Amino acid sequence: MRFAVQVEITPREGISDPEGQTIERALPVLGFEGVSRVSTGKLITFEVEADDADAASTIVDDMCQRFLSNPVIEDASAKISDVAVVG
Amino acid sequence: MTTVGVIVFPGTNCELDAVSAVQTAGGSAELIWHGEKDLGDVDAVVVPGGFAHGDYLRSGAIARFSPIMDSVARFAADGGPVLGICNGFQVLAEAGLVPGALQKNAGLKFMCQPVKLRVESTSNVVGAQYELGQELMIPINHFEGNYTVGPETLRELVDNDQVFLRYVENPNGSVSSIAGVSNRAGNVVGLMPHPERASNALLGSADGLPMFASLLVSSLVAS
Repeated sequence: MRFAVQVEITPREGISDPEGQTIERALPVLGFEGVSRVSTGKLITFEVEADDADAASTIVDDMCQRFLSNPVIEDASAKISDVAVVG
Repeated sequence: MTTVGVIVFPGTNCELDAVSAVQTAGGSAELIWHGEKDLGDVDAVVVPGGFAHGDYLRSGAIARFSPIMDSVARFAADGGPVLGICNGFQVLAEAGLVPGALQKNAGLKFMCQPVKLRVESTSNVVGAQYELGQELMIPINHFEGNYTVGPETLRELVDNDQVFLRYVENPNGSVSSIAGVSNRAGNVVGLMPHPERASNALLGSADGLPMFASLLVSSLVAS
């Protein structure tokens, strides 16, 4: 089976996010008031072949731990869905 | 003569400066392409600065899987002296050979300027020729030099004398102003400043040269 994967990488809780902070400081300059907790991250999308959803999840977790994120400074969360087979 | 292997990834750009600094310190150096599987007969390793593999995904994230890195990891595990400079530090950190990670500078600015550093430990392969507390003037040249570790690891670093250099004035938001660290054994060191660019008085400072001189001596002890 083929699965569509979206991996979201965000700074870990407590790790500074200078890019998010800069965006937060810039927004009021443009008149957007009341914005807080701005955070930035990365979105990585791909498709992967696996026997079932559990197997896909195991593969993706391993990818996140070993390569897609750096666990010292980042958290990764993945959304996995079936890819519709188009006839 | 003592030979230092200088690793070259696609995107590395400080390798010739590193070679020159090694030669100024009295050693010989050879460039080793990242696609090689074996370091060969070298006495020490320098992972120089640049943008290995374009710094894609994260700085050092792809370089750590380059074929040569297994051999570098074995060399380090056997006690061989390894110095990672700037992007080389990021590569060693991603590879888990030194603790911590480097993230974007707190001010979100690329910084290229001489900075004052304080020597916090002399018990590693590049620190032996300095005095504790000695101040050095060495340039930095980075966007992602903001050294980050959790509080527990920081405590371990301090307790085990692994903090090699601190910035006198923190330029990039690094935890505890840390500019350079070693692994627990002291044979692997990573630092963001560029000692090879401060290896000759003609460059404005020769304060970085003792690191290369020390690396050469350490390699004799290790072999």
